[in-house]
Amino acid sequence: MVPPRPPIKERPMQRHWIHAWLLLTPAFVFLLAFTHIPALTTLWQSFRTTPRGRRPSRWAGLENYQELISDPIFWKVLGNNIWFAIGTIPTSILIALVMALWVSERLPGRGFVRMAYFTPTVLPMIAVANIWLFFYTPGFGLFDQITGFFGFGQSNVLGSPKTALVGVMVVTIWKEAGFFMIFYLAALQTIPPSLIEAARIEGAGPWTIFRRVTFPLLMPTTLFIGVNAVVNAFRMIDHIFVLTGGGPDNASSLLLYYIYETAFRFWDTSYAASLTVVLLALLALLALGQFFFLDRKVHYK
Amino acid sequence: MTRALNITGAWMLALIWVLPLAYAIWTAFHPAAYEARFDLFAPVTFENFAKAWEAAPFARYFLNTFVLVTVILIGQFILCTLAAYAFARYRFPGRDVLFALVLVQLLVMPDILIVENYKSIRYLGLVDTIAAIALPYIASGFGIFLLRQTFLSVPKELEEAAQIEGMSSLGIMLKVYVPLALPTYLAYGLVSVSHHWNNFLWPLIITNSVETRPVTVGLQIFASIDSGVEWSVINAATLMTSGPLLIAFLLFQRQFVQSFMRAGIK
Repeated sequence: MVPPRPPIKERPMQRHWIHAWLLLTPAFVFLLAFTHIPALTTLWQSFRTTPRGRRPSRWAGLENYQELISDPIFWKVLGNNIWFAIGTIPTSILIALVMALWVSERLPGRGFVRMAYFTPTVLPMIAVANIWLFFYTPGFGLFDQITGFFGFGQSNVLGSPKTALVGVMVVTIWKEAGFFMIFYLAALQTIPPSLIEAARIEGAGPWTIFRRVTFPLLMPTTLFIGVNAVVNAFRMIDHIFVLTGGGPDNASSLLLYYIYETAFRFWDTSYAASLTVVLLALLALLALGQFFFLDRKVHYK
Repeated sequence: MTRALNITGAWMLALIWVLPLAYAIWTAFHPAAYEARFDLFAPVTFENFAKAWEAAPFARYFLNTFVLVTVILIGQFILCTLAAYAFARYRFPGRDVLFALVLVQLLVMPDILIVENYKSIRYLGLVDTIAAIALPYIASGFGIFLLRQTFLSVPKELEEAAQIEGMSSLGIMLKVYVPLALPTYLAYGLVSVSHHWNNFLWPLIITNSVETRPVTVGLQIFASIDSGVEWSVINAATLMTSGPLLIAFLLFQRQFVQSFMRAGIK
């Protein structure tokens, strides 16, 4: 047994931690000012009324939350957001995984294929949404031209309450899959080829290898991507401004978009604060839930 | 057999993935008459770009975005380096609590706290300035976390050697840690630049004049006027705003992909 190395000579403790705090001060001034304190004041404001004209803000107790419970648009938007998450997260993760598996193999023109998958990620969402808006234009855009070619009539994907949200989801999946692919690619590179080789010698087919070796080893990555995807599903609303403006009749509005409208179109900042509290609570809950639920299934090396 | 299937699948998906973009590029480079009609021999033109450039002050928007992205990047590098160094190399009371507070920002982002942040900026009298767009993002929890992880992997022997030579702790940070973390800085820099080049909601809220608007907001205002701007012109403007990033990406594809990977896995 080799004796453990003696620790490095510690500098005097006192000076030590003053140094550390000084180093941290600039970052924490900004962190507190624009993240932690606003999060707390949001909670505070959600219990108060919005100041209007001469009437100053006053304590409102749970009024904002009562309004929220009886607000049909809130429930609609919340439902939309949940559907949006269910519709985009598993699909984009699955596509990302397939992309990564394809690109990590020897493939003719691999550089082009990888670029094609990844390019949407680097483009501004606002620009991408404009491209898709054109793509979806009824009777005119490529979408209708392709469906028309197969004998379907004109369709107004974004203008119909039934399909508007789906149209928005497709754009999201298109934009996000390539981003998630990168993380899978990185993870795939860390899997030792000998493991796959050993499985093959044992007579395992490609599907068994994927199911029993590759996929379990990718689990931490899946968890990481999942958390990212959840946060994005509740944060990414840029494309809604361009594609639908939340319409028709709030059919494609999401929670953060509704917060934006409430605060900056109707200037009801207190109600917007209570909506933000719901969003924050939802995010925290989902992150925790995902962490504990998936954590048990994650295979750590 | 499986291999052929895989290749076909990979290529099919790749073609579907580039289709919207390719279509936009095609219309942007052809006269408006061809925007709904595919013709291989349609004349190529740059007129759409010229029209878009004249129709809105894009030059100014580009300048604004450039200043914005630079300010944020410099601010983030300085603040995150100092904080990450403290977390990686010091033991002090409250370290774990403070680090947890940093991690909170990965979930509770300034992007969501728009209402209260708008109030703070108004209180500071900074509405409609480029500084106002940058301020909430200057201290990045993600950046601190990433740099701390990198700093932790620096061998202690290097620090000891520098101490023996009589370097101060700030000197050690600048001469030992920062140079060794350069790949992480590159990775984080690329991610940060592309993120803030693309950012939209907060700049939309906090700016209201040509002098401060970044390209994303400028593009949205240009594309949403009802005056019936031709699609080919809008597409040209769209490509123009993503152009610098797209070109940079195509040139440095390897670094980009690796940077995003590096930023993600650590």
